[in-house]
Amino acid sequence: MAEGLTLDGIRIRREGATLVEIDRHVAPGEVLTVMGPSGAGKSTLLAYLTGTLSRGFEGEGRILLNGEDVTDAPAHARRIGILFQDDLLFPHLSVGENAAFGLAPGGRASDRRATVAEALADVGLAGFEDRDPDTLSGGQKARVALIRMLLSEPRALLLDEAFSGLDAALRAQMRTLVFERARTRALPVLMVTHDAEDARAAGGPVFELGGGA
Amino acid sequence: MTAARLPAGLRALPPLTMVAMLGPVAAGLAGTLLPAAGFYPAAGLTTLGLGPLQSLLDWPGLAAAVRLSLTTGFLATFAALAITALFLAGWSGTRAFLALERVLSPLLSVPHAAAAFGLAFLVAPSGWLARLLSPWLTGWERPPDIAVTQDHWGLAMAAGLTVKEMPFLLLMALAALGQSDATRRMRVAAALGYGRVAGWLLAVFPSIYAQIRLPVYVVLAYSMSVVDVALILGPTTPPTLSVQIVRWMGDPDLAMRLTASAGAVLQLVLVGAALLVWRAGEGAVAFLGRRWIGSGLRAGRADAAARPVALGAAAIAAGSVLLGLLTLGIWSVAGFWGFPDPLPGGLDLRSWMRFATGGGATVATTALIAAIATGLSLIFVIGCLEAEHRRGKALSQKGLWLIYLPLLVPQVAFLPGLQTLLLSVGLKSGLGPVILAHVVFVLPYLFLSLGDPWRAWDPRYATTAAALGARPAGVLWRVRLPMLLRPILTAAAVAMAVSVGQYLPTLIVGGGRVDTLTTEAVALASGGDRRAIGVYGLAQTAAVMVPFGVALIVPALVFRNRRALRG
Repeated sequence: MAEGLTLDGIRIRREGATLVEIDRHVAPGEVLTVMGPSGAGKSTLLAYLTGTLSRGFEGEGRILLNGEDVTDAPAHARRIGILFQDDLLFPHLSVGENAAFGLAPGGRASDRRATVAEALADVGLAGFEDRDPDTLSGGQKARVALIRMLLSEPRALLLDEAFSGLDAALRAQMRTLVFERARTRALPVLMVTHDAEDARAAGGPVFELGGGA
Repeated sequence: MTAARLPAGLRALPPLTMVAMLGPVAAGLAGTLLPAAGFYPAAGLTTLGLGPLQSLLDWPGLAAAVRLSLTTGFLATFAALAITALFLAGWSGTRAFLALERVLSPLLSVPHAAAAFGLAFLVAPSGWLARLLSPWLTGWERPPDIAVTQDHWGLAMAAGLTVKEMPFLLLMALAALGQSDATRRMRVAAALGYGRVAGWLLAVFPSIYAQIRLPVYVVLAYSMSVVDVALILGPTTPPTLSVQIVRWMGDPDLAMRLTASAGAVLQLVLVGAALLVWRAGEGAVAFLGRRWIGSGLRAGRADAAARPVALGAAAIAAGSVLLGLLTLGIWSVAGFWGFPDPLPGGLDLRSWMRFATGGGATVATTALIAAIATGLSLIFVIGCLEAEHRRGKALSQKGLWLIYLPLLVPQVAFLPGLQTLLLSVGLKSGLGPVILAHVVFVLPYLFLSLGDPWRAWDPRYATTAAALGARPAGVLWRVRLPMLLRPILTAAAVAMAVSVGQYLPTLIVGGGRVDTLTTEAVALASGGDRRAIGVYGLAQTAAVMVPFGVALIVPALVFRNRRALRG
């Protein structure tokens, strides 16, 4: 089977009316941009992919990850990473504890610490382990959220307006960082955005959703 | 699709919660109805008939008791609601409002008995106010012989209930205010030429009232049937119906329990009827409101007059509870305090010393009951909220009614039945049943205080944690509960306050053998030892304040390095 993220005949309905319809394959390292006006069901599609679709929605179609069908897997077993517009760092944990949250269990504590330290250093946050996330700047928080997600070793990456909360300069920086990391790790990326600049930067195919027809 | 099935424990919790909350109410009502019809095997009485009803009707105080129940209930509820509405209408958003709100919030948790004693000590003919104003203003050299408290009409009792229930309604209304788009409605009303009060009453109040309707019903049901406040501030000959029911329950002649049960059924019917009348009144008020709007009357002058009245009433309500507590404090350390001296002649710690040597067990019992009832209720409530979250299904309006049900059924209507039932199945009254009875009343308040912050938690944290590989239980324990530590502790403090303040469940289900600070304090009411009452009233208040202190301090310590959660 094909490597990457396959959305096989996905259709999400609410009260019988079709809200989202998509049938696409995202190759490893590729970014598929999903655009559409608000209310077009962009977030609903992501909820279907993460396994957190609200009651009242009906989804059909298969989600394949490197050929493995994860459609019926519970959310925590899918290994599909997601970044939202807000960093959503857990406010009760330190930066290091946040980063380590998704690390696979096991291994020596010192190894785990080293992994986190390395990941933090890699995004220019060396020595930030014990910091309170709330004392970080917006750009720093976004980077912690990124490495937290990457350390959980996801097999695909979802971006839910992930850059909309950042100011213009930071935004370009963060975009480059995220796309670059995804490419190095050969992660298929599905990005939901309403910003054409995001789509251009991603350089991949663009899928228009709904259009309010 | 992937809606993972709930683990068995979590699936069982919502129905178990309903049983814990409504089971005792249903069982207690059954245990009241049967003896009321003459069926009481424990006393060898098994002939059904109208005997109990007849003996109830034979009680000469019945008419007065029924009238008292209705007048105090309607008066207290109407006054508390009116002050709440006018105060919100005239002052919400102002600095005076914020200041008073800050005073009123802690007053909410002051036990009813302590507030009632405080009020009695303040306004009685020999109370602190009379002392402060005598003889220079009043000319009184000795306490005047007028019944200010325990008056024949139950006015003191209604006043006590009003000042105690007003903060409750105000806080419920404030919670509702956030969902009623008040600011923009007020702007429109002002643009149309309505003043602050009129605009608020006509444009905002209807949607607020729709949201606080159940709490208002709770206040009405409670005020009609309360026992501890009635023992302290209510008339004695005859007493209120609920007080008389408790007296009959305590009668050594077991047959009197049948009369008590008949009385309890009557109390239940009275409350039900009063709720229906109130409901009809809502329609009438809505009709008049529409007529007012139709008339186009702006009532600008009344508007200006209403504001100071509202502020004054709210301030008096808050002030009387606060001053009452202060009076309790002074009495608790008073040496000789002759009338009309404004302050006692000397300080005397004897009452506190006596409490320190003899009150330890009472404090321990109070704390134990409150802690276990709160702990159990926390498990129930968090389980229900978590099940609701994982099923993605919010509480329905019907569910909300069920939560309010134990607060709408008068305590005196089902607790005697519950105790009778426990006795007839051979269960001894004692600590265990008392704790379960407390859970019935603790659960609803815990639901109401934890529900909003629980649901306001951003579900994207759960999605994020799950995407990082955390199982649903991991999301709960590692993310949600720690993040919600502060609201959980605050809700637990509210729950403890509810438990500490319970009088009737402790007295009746405990069979008079379980002593808490509240039962001891109320028991002192008839004796008139003001120093001892002062000590117990303050101890009760302290027992309620300590958990709130913990709820403030613990998150501040745990999260001292976590700015977002320090609050």
